[in-house]
Amino acid sequence: MNVFDIIGPVMVGPSSSHTAGAVKIGYVSRKLLAEPLKKAEILLYGSFLATGKGHGTTLALVAGLLGMKTDDSRIPDSMRIAEERGIEIIFGEAELRDAHPNSVQLILTGIDGRKLEVVGESIGGSRINIAGIDGISTNFSGDYPTLIVHNLDQPGHVAEVTSMLAHKSVNIATMQLYRASRGGYAVMVIECDQEVPKESIAWLEHLEGVQKVTYYSLKDGE
Amino acid sequence: MTMSFEKLHEIADCALERHIPFWKVILEDDCTERNISAEESFETMRRMYRAMKEADEAYDAELRSASGMAGGDGAKLEQFRMQGSHLVGDYLSEVMEKAVKMAESNACMRRIVAAPTAGSCGVIPAVLLTYEKQKGTEEDRMVEALFVAAGIGEVIAASASIAGAEGGCQAEIGSASAMAAGSVTYLENGGEEDIVHAAALALKNMLGLTCDPVAGLVEVPCIKRNVSGAVNAVTSAQMALAGIRSVIPPDEVIDSMRRIGKLLPACLRETSQEGLATTPTGQQVAKRMRG
Repeated sequence: MNVFDIIGPVMVGPSSSHTAGAVKIGYVSRKLLAEPLKKAEILLYGSFLATGKGHGTTLALVAGLLGMKTDDSRIPDSMRIAEERGIEIIFGEAELRDAHPNSVQLILTGIDGRKLEVVGESIGGSRINIAGIDGISTNFSGDYPTLIVHNLDQPGHVAEVTSMLAHKSVNIATMQLYRASRGGYAVMVIECDQEVPKESIAWLEHLEGVQKVTYYSLKDGE
Repeated sequence: MTMSFEKLHEIADCALERHIPFWKVILEDDCTERNISAEESFETMRRMYRAMKEADEAYDAELRSASGMAGGDGAKLEQFRMQGSHLVGDYLSEVMEKAVKMAESNACMRRIVAAPTAGSCGVIPAVLLTYEKQKGTEEDRMVEALFVAAGIGEVIAASASIAGAEGGCQAEIGSASAMAAGSVTYLENGGEEDIVHAAALALKNMLGLTCDPVAGLVEVPCIKRNVSGAVNAVTSAQMALAGIRSVIPPDEVIDSMRRIGKLLPACLRETSQEGLATTPTGQQVAKRMRG
């Protein structure tokens, strides 16, 4: 925690966990989708469901999905802005098991048909945890550039990805591996100290055995 | 890389040993932590101060929160002050008004600066913005005062808590009040001992305060409690500046806040399962919000 976690952040109220954290979950998810949003199903859970209305949690999630940050004064108008942009928003209740009390499940569709399912948790202050992507458990904060590679559970994919990062002088801060079953579907989540170049992400997408690559950049508009 | 401070006396000792002011110890620690220049750290804090000022100026008396419980009270205090009919002096009258305004803006989804939290966002700006306005203090010095507040907050966060869900309201409004007390003591030319004792005196008055918000919203009792936190900060600073000392040393006060927070039952730590939240009126509001 640094001094600007104490004095700061600048944010739209009323709650750092239920408003600012919710904006951040939406924002990170929108970036992971990597194309403009066409449709979002927003499924609330726990305290997000119980007190979300009064805290503007739904407005905050939509604002984040539109690319707004936690200090954007348009957050209260996010539903109207989404409507103007022709984005379909559906709210509901999430059926999650043993999830964090402040959780949301987002089922997103982009304008070019890309689909993404994210489970986000607001874990205190305005800090968040992305706890699931496309049904596989993950664990990352959105504080680092984050590379998520979905691949077949085969030998060599981790080496391919990490040697590419080494070649591009990208240092790995944290790395997690998950799989649904042996030889099945696997995910690696890599938080990096530097941004991963666009062409490297494109290169990864074309590797045999790699099914999907999602990338969260700290840079604006990407 | 240095560890950030876990005791107030470590900051005060460091300032005395190195013959630099309290605020500069905090700034230099930030520079080391984040590997940035002194200028970058100072300018970031200036942006926080200006954001507080903008939030205060943007207050809109017409706004109401989604629950309908919050809004408009800041304007009532302003009108009352303008009529010249006030019990407390000019400074405290305006501190009260600014505290309510900021907390109402937060409840109405306006942009604020969490200090240390969104629920307690009115305390520090109320004390500092009013001070600058009434005394004509230079902005740089106000930014320095914010570093003092940040240092006190950092110690409380590291040694106790600044989250209502962990430590109750004493951790939010209590922390904000201690931070504001130390910073205004600095502005009044208080020394290191005065600063940490002002913080201790303020925090002591807030020990045991529960977090039992109606319908789980950051409105009742949070908004008006920002007033208590702000006024308490000023009176505690005045005591410290007069030479009054907290019998229990500042770091021991913070530790007792941590222990009290742990002893508070979960129903009084931001879960809205007891206290004001479960009064008949509180339950009615909760029912309406769910509907």
